[in-house]
Amino acid sequence: MIFPDAFLPYLEPAVDFPTFLIQLLNGVQYGLLLFLIASGLTLIFGIMGIINLAHGSFYMLGAYLAFSLTEGLGSLWLALPAGIVLSVLFGLALEWLVIQRLYARDHLYQVLLTYGLILVFEELRSILWGDDVHGVKVPELLAASISLTDNLNYPVYRLAMSGVCLVLALGLWWVLRRTKLGMIIRAGSVNRDMVQSLGIDITLIYRIVFAAGLALAAFAGMLAAPTSSVFPGMGNQVLIICFVVVVIGGIGSVQGAMIGAILIGLVDTFGKVLTLEVAGFQLLPQLSGVTVYLMMAVILLWRPEGLFGSRGR
Amino acid sequence: MSAAAPGRRAPVAGVAVLLVCLAALLLMPLGVDKFYVQLVTKMMIMAVFAMSLDLLIGFTGLVSFGHAAYFGVAGYVLAYAAPQYQAASLWVSLPLAMAVSGLLALVIGLFVLRTSGVYFIMVTLAFAQMLYFVFHDTKLAGGTDGVYIYVRPDAALGEWAGGWKPFDLENFVHLYYVVLVLLVLTWIFLRRVIDSPFGRVIAGIKVNEPRMRSLGYATFRYKLASFVIAGTLAGMAGYFAAAQFGFVNPDMLGWHLSGSAIMMVILGGMGTLGGAALGAFMMMLLELLFQGLTKHWQLLMGGSIVGVALLLPHGLLGTVAAWWGRRVAAKDSERTDG
Repeated sequence: MIFPDAFLPYLEPAVDFPTFLIQLLNGVQYGLLLFLIASGLTLIFGIMGIINLAHGSFYMLGAYLAFSLTEGLGSLWLALPAGIVLSVLFGLALEWLVIQRLYARDHLYQVLLTYGLILVFEELRSILWGDDVHGVKVPELLAASISLTDNLNYPVYRLAMSGVCLVLALGLWWVLRRTKLGMIIRAGSVNRDMVQSLGIDITLIYRIVFAAGLALAAFAGMLAAPTSSVFPGMGNQVLIICFVVVVIGGIGSVQGAMIGAILIGLVDTFGKVLTLEVAGFQLLPQLSGVTVYLMMAVILLWRPEGLFGSRGR
Repeated sequence: MSAAAPGRRAPVAGVAVLLVCLAALLLMPLGVDKFYVQLVTKMMIMAVFAMSLDLLIGFTGLVSFGHAAYFGVAGYVLAYAAPQYQAASLWVSLPLAMAVSGLLALVIGLFVLRTSGVYFIMVTLAFAQMLYFVFHDTKLAGGTDGVYIYVRPDAALGEWAGGWKPFDLENFVHLYYVVLVLLVLTWIFLRRVIDSPFGRVIAGIKVNEPRMRSLGYATFRYKLASFVIAGTLAGMAGYFAAAQFGFVNPDMLGWHLSGSAIMMVILGGMGTLGGAALGAFMMMLLELLFQGLTKHWQLLMGGSIVGVALLLPHGLLGTVAAWWGRRVAAKDSERTDG
């Protein structure tokens, strides 16, 4: 078989080891951040049966809280705990006000209502913070970079971010698998009525799960604020990618969300770096945004219920 | 679903209301400004779009959150088909646009219909977003800025008819009546589809798909056919939207439009074609009203959407039909009692 050279995929030779390492770290870090957001989404669905389109807005909320609180309190170290407390309170209030009315409803109404919430939150953001792009300073302790070669550095803050995300992921696993609360939560996802008749206040459990999911997304936003800017519409971008993560991993599965998030993080990062030339046309990176969705399509063909999903949802 | 069973006499009343609406739409351009004629044209285009989505949501039970993709792609087909500063032939570009939308629905449908429930919602959204990024990030058709369509499609027939031009889409009244005819045709077509044996099968799938499958129906094919019909009709709406605005950009296939379309269907009353059309009209009126009130009109719109989802699950028409059904039932029991 002889192909003209032009038809063979052509990889840029510039991918030497340090560049590769940096992209690998970036991909993993992006993936871990996606996991924080997607785990909340998948938990809220898996346990409460709610499809929450407004989840991206919570990520945005976190980033804007980090911006304002860092300005107000003087440091990201103070902003983080304050932001977490605020977002948990917000989650409890939102669940009590709106979300709890959705449990008995069809997914259609959940989609419609949470879509309406997106518009509300986006507009409130515009009223409270305006439509400008903001930045948050990296705290001084973590502002350094590790030098890999003479001219390639990797920022410590990004490493710290990955570390925090990993710790949170382990914590989440521990709570769900090793504590009594986690046992109740898992039982509640299987049979709500049975748990309730055993004398457990399932309403309260749901409220906690929703607030925790919201806080996870908001915390991801706070962590990301110093590395990416804080801008209008930032939540929507992330939301759709998180949907892809959840679909790949299997809805309701936390392990699935982890695997899906890392996969997406790597595919997205390397998709932007590698240049693929077919017949003289550069396909990527212009179309790098599409690679993630193509991966989803392939996985859907192979396992429509996602990598870790159970059939029959 | 309680939206069905509106009582025996409701169809008569329904037909009467429908005829009054039709007469109002027929006469309207005679009495009002150009602005309103164009506004109602836009509303009717969106009504076609909403009815096509209602075939999926209300009649097949498929909640598609990516319906704008088929709408937008048809608009882009028109933009491609029109040579710059010249008109594309309506008779070539319209079937082409609808065919491309239908084909797209077929391909995407093959993937998304492997899933159901929440997966289906997420995956339809993800595929529509993928297309959005194709048009947004590449220079295929103007990127973020979109492209202008300087001249509306030309309705002139070929040589065999001596180049006769039955109507001129550049004329806003002509465009209005063409769209009105299409709205009525779409309504009749969908009504026929829903009342056909095919329609009975998709209605069965909506209520209980495993049972339909065990009765021997290849449900996947029925759902796919419904998906393709809806996509093709959405393409027709998108084609005329692009022709009317003279402009296409990636937002035409963005998720805000998909979300609005769901809102239209539910606001009017899903599972009733007239309801979807009514919802489209109401939604556009609300948008106009809110935009006049404040710069932050999306807040009011979002609030209304939340309100409709919580308080009006059967939409305007569904609520009226339920009320009518109760009234008829009350009268009937009066008669048997007396």
